[in-house]
Amino acid sequence: MKLGSLAALCAVLSVFISQASAAGDQVVIGDIDDLSGVYADAQGQGGIEAINMAIADFGGTVLGKKIVLLTVDHQNKPDIGATKFREWADQNGLNMLLGGSNTGVSIAMSKVAAAKKVPFIAIGAGGASLTGADCTPYSVHYAYDTTALANGTASVIIKNGGKTWYFITADYAFGTQLQESATRVVNANGGKVLGAVRVPLGTTDFSSFLLQAQASGAQVLGLANAGTDFSNSLKAAAEFGITKTMKPAALLAFLSDIHSLTLQTAQGLYLTTSWYWDLNEETREFGKRFFAKTKREPTMDQAGAYSATLQYLKAVKAAGSTDSDKIMAELKSAKINDMFTKNGYIRADGLMVHQMYVMQVKTPAESKYPWDYYKVMKVMPGDDAYGSQPDPACSFVKK
Amino acid sequence: MTTVFGVPLPAILGQLTLGLVNGSFYALLSLGLAVIFGLLGIVNFAHGAFYMLGAFAAYIGLQVFGVNYWFALVLAPLTVALLGIVIERLLLRHLYGLDPLYGLLLTFGIALIAEGIMRDQFGSSGKSYPVPALLRGVFDLGFMVLPIYRAWVVVASLAVCAMTWFLIERTRLGATLRAATENARLVQAFGINVPLLVMGTYGGGVALAALAGVLAAPVVQVSPLMGSSLVIVVFAVVVIGGMGSIIGAIVTGLGLGLIEGFTKVIYPEASNVVIFVIMAVVLMWRPAGLFGKE
Repeated sequence: MKLGSLAALCAVLSVFISQASAAGDQVVIGDIDDLSGVYADAQGQGGIEAINMAIADFGGTVLGKKIVLLTVDHQNKPDIGATKFREWADQNGLNMLLGGSNTGVSIAMSKVAAAKKVPFIAIGAGGASLTGADCTPYSVHYAYDTTALANGTASVIIKNGGKTWYFITADYAFGTQLQESATRVVNANGGKVLGAVRVPLGTTDFSSFLLQAQASGAQVLGLANAGTDFSNSLKAAAEFGITKTMKPAALLAFLSDIHSLTLQTAQGLYLTTSWYWDLNEETREFGKRFFAKTKREPTMDQAGAYSATLQYLKAVKAAGSTDSDKIMAELKSAKINDMFTKNGYIRADGLMVHQMYVMQVKTPAESKYPWDYYKVMKVMPGDDAYGSQPDPACSFVKK
Repeated sequence: MTTVFGVPLPAILGQLTLGLVNGSFYALLSLGLAVIFGLLGIVNFAHGAFYMLGAFAAYIGLQVFGVNYWFALVLAPLTVALLGIVIERLLLRHLYGLDPLYGLLLTFGIALIAEGIMRDQFGSSGKSYPVPALLRGVFDLGFMVLPIYRAWVVVASLAVCAMTWFLIERTRLGATLRAATENARLVQAFGINVPLLVMGTYGGGVALAALAGVLAAPVVQVSPLMGSSLVIVVFAVVVIGGMGSIIGAIVTGLGLGLIEGFTKVIYPEASNVVIFVIMAVVLMWRPAGLFGKE
């Protein structure tokens, strides 16, 4: 008995020792994301693939240390995301965390980033509060945010005559922030919001809410939701003939959503994206490599995950260390130039300011080859999309 | 304009009509669950997964084999029922007579596996299934426009519900089935093949779920997750109606669809909890459900 427990103790100790020493000669990157729920196609497994591609492209090592990737599914539950992040920071020597589709989960994880002083690069989440009221010195918001989405889609639609709006909003942090951002743009451009309805996340039948939207008499149907919620609401709008009287505005739509809706349903839709695979030679080349592995063209989140990983590894190399404060300083001073964006930079509050595109979804006749879905309607310089000044709501930025 | 609770009457009528459409889905799904529980004593947590597989069977049929919607209405439920029968023969039959908890856990596991496989194959954002050409367009009811397809859903599911009720409550086969659940050994002694009867019943219940899936395919995204959110609501419907009560499942399904539709106008944020609030109230007042036997 005594011998047995001694052996067990030794086994436990040896695990601790091997982990501790492993953390010393490795650079550990984590990815906590929705791998199974409504947002899994926007980043999910494809995001993991993109991160792995970035690690491989960087050579697999940095400062002579092996780069290791840990992944887990947060199941859209903030507590799972935060607990896993804390566990990896405490036990696995985590150096940097990526991921976090779902604003609620990302807000919870940025609290852990601040407490553990581990950089957290949010990719898939949209909520602009991540670098505003919920900002931390260790958070970076990388691919897009609700402010930029609204500045893109909402302003283009208003300029085309869509003055009165009704919102169908996902009832949690992301949806409400997206609706707020879009409302600001609508009001600033002389438009008017006639009403909004908050719908629980994961609703499948949107017909009741659409009837309410139609009854409002608004010209524009603002869809402040994402993923399957977005697909189902647009599909029902088309079925009920609402898209004939109201113009739908996709405040957040990913390439994967358009692919699953098909062009027949999605044609003519305006949307804002930070990246599209068919923009130029560089993006097509990345798209081709990604497609070879996953049989899908990458979304902006997946391209963003690739870019963010490379950017972090470059920062580690430049700083000659994985020390979080040095890395954050390095990240905020470097220009970002890769296939994801040109002349991007990370603002003092942690927001990555970069070019955005307002797209229109092609008609089936305009689409010439597989995944040929968007035409560029407007290119927005980063400062126009996000604003060049840090968010005044962010507490640590000197005013 | 006439108003009810400060909401214009046309809006109420519109929401009630939509509630009826959703109620038809609830009725069809809870009917299958009630049949399986009533006759087999299995809490079939895989019901949502069979519903999802029914929709995917229609989608795959159309994309790969060019099977149109009308054939899919028959073929998809048959295919999924066959899968259900295999599961019943290989796995479920070992659990008869045990605590219902075992059946619940097994079927829950089956549901997770089915969802995982479909997610791996088709992604989480799902696929689009077109509305059949014959049912495109809308009816103008005056207070709202109702897509012809949704009206079809109500008619089709009410017809199937009525047929199922008739089969179980009014035919000789139904009588034998009900007798077999009361006393299997005695029925077997009369020379009736009870295991075959049970297998057929499970297949039938699964087919009802798959049929609901085919009916839903043109309305919602055909996605691996489409069943998991619905199955919880459907369980609530069955519990409110009285576990195993056929008529209870049908009436409660339609009724709750209407109440949910009404909630969507009054206070939309509560639309996904109202059914569970009703469930709690009903269970306090009548623990066996509205139509259940104490």
